[in-house]
Amino acid sequence: MTHYLDFEKPLAEIEGKAEELRAMARENEEMDIEDEAAALDRKARELLQDLYTKLSPWRKCQVARHPDRPHCRDYVEALFTEFTALAGDRGFADDHAVMGGLARFDDMPVVVIGHEKGHDTQSRIHRNFGMARPEGYRKAVRLMEMADRFRLPVVTLIDTPGAYPGKGAEERGQSEAIARSTEKCLQIGVPLVSVVIGEGGSGGAVAFATANRVAMLEHSVYSVISPEGCASILWKDSEKMREAAEALRLTAQDLYGLGVCDRIIAEPLGGAHRDPQGTIASVGAAIAVMLKELSGKDGASLVEARRKKFLKIGSKGLAA
Amino acid sequence: MNWITNYVRPRINSIFSRRETPENLWSKCDGCGTMLFHREISDNLNVCTSCGHHMNITPRDRFAALFDGGVYSEIEVPEPVADPLHFRDSKRYPDRMKAAQKATGEREAMLVGTGEIGRTPIVAAAQDFGFMGGSMGMYVGNAIIAAAEEAVRLGRPLVLFSAAGGARMQEGILSLMQMPRTTVAVQMLKEKRLPYIVVLTHPTTGGVTASYAMLGDVQIAEPGALICFAGPRVIEQTIREKLPEGFQTAEYLLEHGMLDRVTDRRRMRDELIVLTRMLMHMPPPTWGDLPPPGPEDRTRDDAPGAAEDGADGTAA
Ligand SMILES: [Zn+2]
Repeated sequence: MTHYLDFEKPLAEIEGKAEELRAMARENEEMDIEDEAAALDRKARELLQDLYTKLSPWRKCQVARHPDRPHCRDYVEALFTEFTALAGDRGFADDHAVMGGLARFDDMPVVVIGHEKGHDTQSRIHRNFGMARPEGYRKAVRLMEMADRFRLPVVTLIDTPGAYPGKGAEERGQSEAIARSTEKCLQIGVPLVSVVIGEGGSGGAVAFATANRVAMLEHSVYSVISPEGCASILWKDSEKMREAAEALRLTAQDLYGLGVCDRIIAEPLGGAHRDPQGTIASVGAAIAVMLKELSGKDGASLVEARRKKFLKIGSKGLAA
Repeated sequence: MNWITNYVRPRINSIFSRRETPENLWSKCDGCGTMLFHREISDNLNVCTSCGHHMNITPRDRFAALFDGGVYSEIEVPEPVADPLHFRDSKRYPDRMKAAQKATGEREAMLVGTGEIGRTPIVAAAQDFGFMGGSMGMYVGNAIIAAAEEAVRLGRPLVLFSAAGGARMQEGILSLMQMPRTTVAVQMLKEKRLPYIVVLTHPTTGGVTASYAMLGDVQIAEPGALICFAGPRVIEQTIREKLPEGFQTAEYLLEHGMLDRVTDRRRMRDELIVLTRMLMHMPPPTWGDLPPPGPEDRTRDDAPGAAEDGADGTAA
């Protein structure tokens, strides 16, 4: 069953009607509904086009969080071969919110790391909704070190509401773990490419996305704080998330304008969740291009380029 | 940089900082409720004379007490693009900035200076909690980068006093980008084997804690300081339980292995002198109330007793 977002209600009605008609026709062979159903289909498509070509920043947040949106695991399964998960931070635990390991991308061995949100109640709880604890960042640091040692490119997939705000996470040094992960991203002498596939939530995202190339899916978002969090602090009203989403400039398009995002990957009409396979293929193509751009560069120049890129960010604001 | 034009006259024993109204001669300690005379507080580095509670101190007051004779030269910070996102909530961001500048007399939330502490040349940076909660935006990022570059140029250690409610939301993603940017600054120091000492003060939270404030060679905190990534309120809402007494305080973090030391502000200067001198292979300090460095000492600015390795006073 399709999960409709609140702004997709009119679309749900039209698609529901078309489905109803077809169901009736299946039971009564004499009925000829095809013209009418086809007209509804056209109308639905037009509406979908209309809704998705002018998604507001808040609606983009909703699309980025859509439960049926392809998640890290889907990308890893479809785009990589021989994926071999490597677990644990060697200090405390394995964090299921972060998946990572060795795999091949176009036959080339790489290290892949990403946040995984889960796809149903059970797996979402298991994955802690994609909110990593210190162990997740420390596992990532360990894998990045391994990649550096064995000269393997690193691909990271970003999809997290943010680092987990929990008691144990704080006690075990959430801040330090994030800081070390960002630091490691800046140190490794191998290509590092990131794709924001859904939500790029604050420090939890930066810790993996301090990369040579950062691509974002068309309707993904990347922000210093969630619109709800920003609204409750600056507007003193968490219901003002639409205004906050607008003000924060968290869309892929704005981030491209600010030089934070290097490449926007187009999504199928109606968002990634309406055609997961098509979306995954586009992301795969973008990863291939980004890795190719960086191939043949030596470690020192990759590190230097990464540093320069981040030092330069913010030297221009958005056009008025 | 011209040393003379940047020469900063200390306001030694100033009774009132610019932020206090002259009518209000008495303040109540947040820690114990004792009414304290302002001069008593400022003479004691804003530490309560009754209970030892550490109140906020402005970067200028801190530097005046930190550097020999209260003398340091301010390092210029490259001015970032103003209001890069054209941000407005209930107020426009430029208006919030103007209000903060007026209230504090400062340009932004971080002060960078260079001078000597116990005749030990250092670069220091201090974050200003009074300026929009010390929040980290492009300016703070630029300030830390400028501080690191100056430390590398002069071959000096960097001592950084952190204090921030977190990122500057009004700069959106660009505030978040200060996490990698400041991490690059820390790496510049580490590559030149220059000590980077972080003094975490109340409060240090969010993206600030999760970047430059947790990457020091030595991590010291002031007593009672709140230090965290997620604040206690957010955590209580998430896990729906009361947090233990003293959770996320400096002492709690020390106990959990996240800090090297918790040190009283009144002993901080001595401790920083001892640590930086050992890390820089300098002889033990001469103690006493040292006057500002004389002109003959200033030539040492470019030839410090720095580590041999790479710290030769040239820019990286
Ligand atoms: Zn007191």
